Amino acid sequence: MKQLMLGNAAVARGLYEAGCAVASSYPGTPSTEITEEAAKYDEIYCEWAPNEKVAMETAFGASLAGKRSFCGMKHVGLNVSADPLFTVSYTGVNAGMVIAVADDPGMHSSQNEQDSRHYARSAKLPMLEPSDSAEARLFAMRAYEISEAFDCPVLLKMCTRIAHSQSVVETGERIEAPAKPYRKDIAKYVMMPGNAIRRHPVVEERTRKLAEFAETLDLNRVEPGRDRSTGILTSSTCYQYVKEVCGDRFPVLKLGMVWPLPERKIRAFAASVDSLTVVEELDGFLETYCRELGLTCTGKDRFPLLGEYSQNVVAEKLGLPVHTGRTLAAPIPPRPPVMCAGCPHRGLFHTLSKLKCTVLGDIGCYTLGAVAPLSAMEMTLCMGASVSAIHGFNKALGAESEHKTVAVIGDSTFMHSGMTGLANIAYNQSNSTVIILDNSITGMTGHQQNPTTGYNIKGDPAGKIDLESLCRAMGFRRVRVTDPYDLAATEQAVKEELAADEPSVIISRRPCALLKYVKHKAPLRVNAETCVGCKSCMRIGCPAISIQGGKARVDGTLCVGCGVCTQLCKFHAFESTEKEA
Amino acid sequence: METKNIMIVGVGGQGSLLASKLLGHLLLGQGYDVKVSEVHGMSQRGGSVVTYVRYGDRVHSPVIDKGEADFIVSFELLEAARWLSYLKPGGQIVTSTQRMDPMPVITGAAAYPENLVEKLRATGAKVDALDCLALAQEAGSGKAVNIVLMGRLSHYFDLPEEAWDASLEAIVPAKFLDLNRRAFALGKNA
Repeated sequence: MKQLMLGNAAVARGLYEAGCAVASSYPGTPSTEITEEAAKYDEIYCEWAPNEKVAMETAFGASLAGKRSFCGMKHVGLNVSADPLFTVSYTGVNAGMVIAVADDPGMHSSQNEQDSRHYARSAKLPMLEPSDSAEARLFAMRAYEISEAFDCPVLLKMCTRIAHSQSVVETGERIEAPAKPYRKDIAKYVMMPGNAIRRHPVVEERTRKLAEFAETLDLNRVEPGRDRSTGILTSSTCYQYVKEVCGDRFPVLKLGMVWPLPERKIRAFAASVDSLTVVEELDGFLETYCRELGLTCTGKDRFPLLGEYSQNVVAEKLGLPVHTGRTLAAPIPPRPPVMCAGCPHRGLFHTLSKLKCTVLGDIGCYTLGAVAPLSAMEMTLCMGASVSAIHGFNKALGAESEHKTVAVIGDSTFMHSGMTGLANIAYNQSNSTVIILDNSITGMTGHQQNPTTGYNIKGDPAGKIDLESLCRAMGFRRVRVTDPYDLAATEQAVKEELAADEPSVIISRRPCALLKYVKHKAPLRVNAETCVGCKSCMRIGCPAISIQGGKARVDGTLCVGCGVCTQLCKFHAFESTEKEA
Repeated sequence: METKNIMIVGVGGQGSLLASKLLGHLLLGQGYDVKVSEVHGMSQRGGSVVTYVRYGDRVHSPVIDKGEADFIVSFELLEAARWLSYLKPGGQIVTSTQRMDPMPVITGAAAYPENLVEKLRATGAKVDALDCLALAQEAGSGKAVNIVLMGRLSHYFDLPEEAWDASLEAIVPAKFLDLNRRAFALGKNA
């Protein structure tokens, strides 16, 4: 059946049709929907793992046991799972194993824009790169064939525009994968030096065979063009921009497998045109390879290293006409993302801002605590870094920082990689204060369950890790829970734990206001008689509150009645609209 | 047929995904190649959001670039102004007159431009502006602004009403179908 499908949903469809049996992932934009969609097929066991390393090792275990497996992640998640990645390249697989990694050029929702193709080359693994949803489905299926034929996991590289674009897909039926019974093979699967030394040449030989395979692989194709002054080497979304701009004017070598590369095919293509142009987002990965072959080409000397491309970018750099539009003379104020009305993080960040704390932050919705007017976060690096970095910060500065510095980390991020940092604080004894923002969900990526929520990916009851017990078991004597809607209690907790002469954990607990089960109170309104327009309520950056005609005003369609603003108003101007019983 | 471009712009959480889903279903049903591109994640948190809908004989790029949009469908006036440079010369803006202040305006760091409809028209853009929120509320829910806008957009398409209605029926949950039909009609006949 022909249907419009999101690139990520098409990958999930490919997994399903290829007989994938086990999928383990950690959510991360723009990769999340692959596993969410896969979970809708009962034939695939799906789960959210605590982090990408665990997910990849779980997928490896399933492959070893003989079932086609999958793990998916965003580009920075591949850093977390790089450890198993480099060695599963040595062990190889039993049943097919596919690893999807989604890059985010332009950083729509990421902390960097690294280019994951380098991992394929350095871990010596094949990487397929689809350019639309139909290819996303097909490449996922072909990845399993390649994985089993060459005894290695296969990387499936997505990017924001392929992952989050819908295009036409024709689906097929699921075919159960061939049985691959588990077989004990110590020399292949136990990577201690004596065995690994014997596996490394196997890896090199496999790369040579894969490069040979790439020469005739139908996923790498030459599309003829009438103007041979330039030939274009490209892949993924850049292929689409090139076709949009040039149609069939220039010959194109469209790569579906971006590692290993087909040397003879590329040389022959270059020889068939007057000049070679490489069009690729982010790093000059294909271009570097061409230059290693001694080919002369145009690439990053003309095309940007930064951000996403588009048809206009490609047209401009190829010297072709560019579309332009009109703009308004009036300045257009930006509309940055903000914490939602009723967000439980707001009360905590207001408190940290008021107490002039130094706040080392982490990855999640709460990273918005760095934005004005709260401006209460001074460092965000990667998942879990807040907890490890506060330890280093306090070891460096001692008492000077211990009593005013906090780490803030969400519940899901804490499970992902905050726990090991906390173990370091407990073990190496820094007087650090860690605040776990427990909103009972993985918020930023769109509400995924995690080990602290008590539910699995399908929403069924699951194991539930108790944060208080966990922290106590690590040796923290000072563990306390506060409600971030209660500003006085939150302030008291932060003050007391910062003052204490031992490490402490504060769990700031209140479910995300967007969760369906959260019952909201009636919206508030401002009594214009009592409001003096002092703007105290504006310090919390609530999108539901504005100043109009010198008085505060509440947008009743946004307000969820959380009452944080009420606690800031000395004039009791905020009133409930709840009807008297 | 040359590829046609529709941009749907608004504020995170306003319902642009349902609108693009409706258009995708409708245009695919008309036999076109279709691509719909959206951005998830950070931009959903009350930020400016944009969805691209492209259709034609063969659609390559998933995105719409500056100067290419045949239509900009906007949930909010400032967002129509923000994305104006993407409108093709002679292109049509269909916008709700709703105003939602972004955080820099709320905090007083920036001003919301006044008389935006006139300013947009002064650039030569064709602007069809209507109070979609009021129409949606008249239909039964303020959340139906997206369908009011789709009803208005249908004005500019030479497609049978049944095709729109069939897509509405396919996309909208059954219990909200009547409400959305009312919203569509109110937008269309406004």
